[in-house]
Amino acid sequence: MAFNRPLLRTSYAEDAAILPTAFQKGAVGIALLLLSAMALDVPIVSAIPKFLLGNTWLSPFNNMLIFCVAALGINILVGVTGQVSLGHSFFMGVGAYAAVLLGGDGSGGLACVPFHAQLGLLERTTRCGLALPIWIWLPAAGLAAAAVGILVSPVAVRVRGLYLAIVTVGLVFIGQHIGVMLPEFAGDAESGRRWPPLEFRLWRRNDGNEDNPLINFSEDGTWFGFLELSDSQKSFFFLLGVVLFATVLAKNLMRSRTGRALQAIRDRDVAAEVMGVPEREYKRLGFAISSAYAGVGGALFAVNLSRVGPPEWSLLLAVDFIAILLIGGAGTIAGTLMGTFFVELLPDFVERLTESQSEAAEGSGVGGAIARFLLTDGSRNDFGPIATSAQAFGWPLPVPLWNFVIYGVLIVVFLIAEPLGLFGIWLRIRNYWKGWPFSY
Amino acid sequence: MLFFAQATALATFTGAITRAIALGCIYAVVALGFVIVFKATQVLNFAHGGIAMAGALFMSIMVNDAGFPFLPFGNPFVNGEDRPGVMVWILLLAIAMAITAGLAMVLERVAIRPMVGQPLFSLAIITLGIEVAISAFNRDAVNTPNARSLEFPWGTNFWEILGANVNHSYLVAVLAAAFSFGVVFFFYRSRLGVAMRAVAFDQEAAMAQGINVGRVFQIAWAIGGALACLGAVVYSMAPFGPQGAVSSDLHPVLAFRALPVIILGGLDSVTGALIGGLVIGSAEVLAGQYLSGYTSFLGVGYQAIVPYVIMLGVLLVRPYGLFGTPEIRRV
Repeated sequence: MAFNRPLLRTSYAEDAAILPTAFQKGAVGIALLLLSAMALDVPIVSAIPKFLLGNTWLSPFNNMLIFCVAALGINILVGVTGQVSLGHSFFMGVGAYAAVLLGGDGSGGLACVPFHAQLGLLERTTRCGLALPIWIWLPAAGLAAAAVGILVSPVAVRVRGLYLAIVTVGLVFIGQHIGVMLPEFAGDAESGRRWPPLEFRLWRRNDGNEDNPLINFSEDGTWFGFLELSDSQKSFFFLLGVVLFATVLAKNLMRSRTGRALQAIRDRDVAAEVMGVPEREYKRLGFAISSAYAGVGGALFAVNLSRVGPPEWSLLLAVDFIAILLIGGAGTIAGTLMGTFFVELLPDFVERLTESQSEAAEGSGVGGAIARFLLTDGSRNDFGPIATSAQAFGWPLPVPLWNFVIYGVLIVVFLIAEPLGLFGIWLRIRNYWKGWPFSY
Repeated sequence: MLFFAQATALATFTGAITRAIALGCIYAVVALGFVIVFKATQVLNFAHGGIAMAGALFMSIMVNDAGFPFLPFGNPFVNGEDRPGVMVWILLLAIAMAITAGLAMVLERVAIRPMVGQPLFSLAIITLGIEVAISAFNRDAVNTPNARSLEFPWGTNFWEILGANVNHSYLVAVLAAAFSFGVVFFFYRSRLGVAMRAVAFDQEAAMAQGINVGRVFQIAWAIGGALACLGAVVYSMAPFGPQGAVSSDLHPVLAFRALPVIILGGLDSVTGALIGGLVIGSAEVLAGQYLSGYTSFLGVGYQAIVPYVIMLGVLLVRPYGLFGTPEIRRV
């Protein structure tokens, strides 16, 4: 029976399944296969046009996977609970610092007592770090960020709407300054300090097993005896695992009692309270969970860059996440992942497109003419919008700045035209084909 | 000896308090732009900073560059070595404010008008998108080999009052604030201003009374843009951070510095913007002056986050600011 009517659900469990339809199961499977094929450099994927050159995409993809973790967090806060926060980068920073305190190299012990330097106990150049392994610092990054989230929640649950957005902007600036205040935690005020490498050990780095971590994600090597992998391929599979875990966790949260309470608060907080949902407790919980995701994402972000200064945890990073959420579709897991994919890979795509265009500009024909129109080195007055030389000031913008313009404009366009984001576009396509050839 | 020490303390205080009032007035001007736009259109304009910096850049182009971008003719106001005189400079400032107002009106028409009636959150995020896009252009335009100087006619001149150096810029900042609050005060009593207040009170009812709500929106954004330009230009004056030129790291965060001001005063209160600006500006300058002995503990540049700390404190006690209207929630 169920075979003839695939959308007929006969139990609540079926209705609340993570992937309810065969199509969704297939789509997720194919996506994972394609991602793995891309990472392993299987020829099918590398055969795509020149500017998509296979394996060079690994590092942007790793970055994208890390952003996925943090974006799932902001989806829980903004998309599910409906609390607009511009302070996600602050919580990412908290997680990253927790990670470097526990996992980074340093003198340990006394160096981890803040403000000792003012008391003249140690040189300010000392770094605090306990060199603990990843299975301690990664969860601890999440826990520390969640704890800070609970710490600021007395203010955050009292204010609502736009006031909350402004408060969280304040948090970002305060956080950046705390990074400057505590050089033994954060390192140099500009360039920061070194984060621990991505590797799996059973215990501390300096405890005799100096050179052989169980799994080293930051060096080339062989897995299972036959799989030759580079460092970024290894990191890719590790991060993919983390993202899968985080996604399942977020999905399960959304279909649990807690998730339903959070959604009730988003839809109408007073009504939720009337129905017996303790508003403030659940808002605080939403803050804590979202911050935990941010913390884990921030720790991985810093580890991936290996050196991060306090200015990195900026408002712009937080706006990135708002863009991800709006372009992908707020409140949905699939939308969040699509949004991250789109927003985080778009800059690299544009950059590579420009590179291929500057090659095409040398050639003749229509392609060459288009490329010559688009690009300018600022020397001739040809109104080309994309500057290829750093000497061009004013009008022709260089590619990185065009990326900001593009995603600023995308935020505006999506909010005006498709508030549900990419997920909304997908819904329209799906609904069209569901009833095809009838209109509904 | 004792007398000398007292005189120095007095001089320090005079210098600090005049600077505090001046910075407070600048913040008040920037915050006033936020408040006018929010009152009339219910939009928290995160793009205010981008518009403000664009305004300062327009001004800089007019007083500095030999030609205008995209225009075939040269710049008649720049002739060789001389700085523009005060009257010419003020005229140029008025033109820059008008151009910025035009920019704000275009942005309102293109991005905000289609969203009328949407939740406040969506509108605020739209302005965030505009901010990201505008700042990209700003960052490119400020990035010239020479500093983007604004050629203030009074430069770094100062009077000596009670042993302290009081810059002419301080007086200019106070005059700018007096001008903008005065204009807004009289504007709210004009026919159009009454219409704007009616729209702020209830858009639909105002429309039913025959008020052209779209036009009111446009004018509110134009005033906001002009005030943003004025605030950013005045903020660039010499004793303050940017030291007489458009700065690539201070100007982009100017509007975010003004956020604590409107939180303190309330998003929809003109008086609040003035009082909040003075309080926040004073707190920042006085903390910078009198806590500087603890810099090794507080970290370099701690005064910049004093406003945010005050903001968190105020919100803990009064979630709608000191003069803001509490939101009425319907079930």
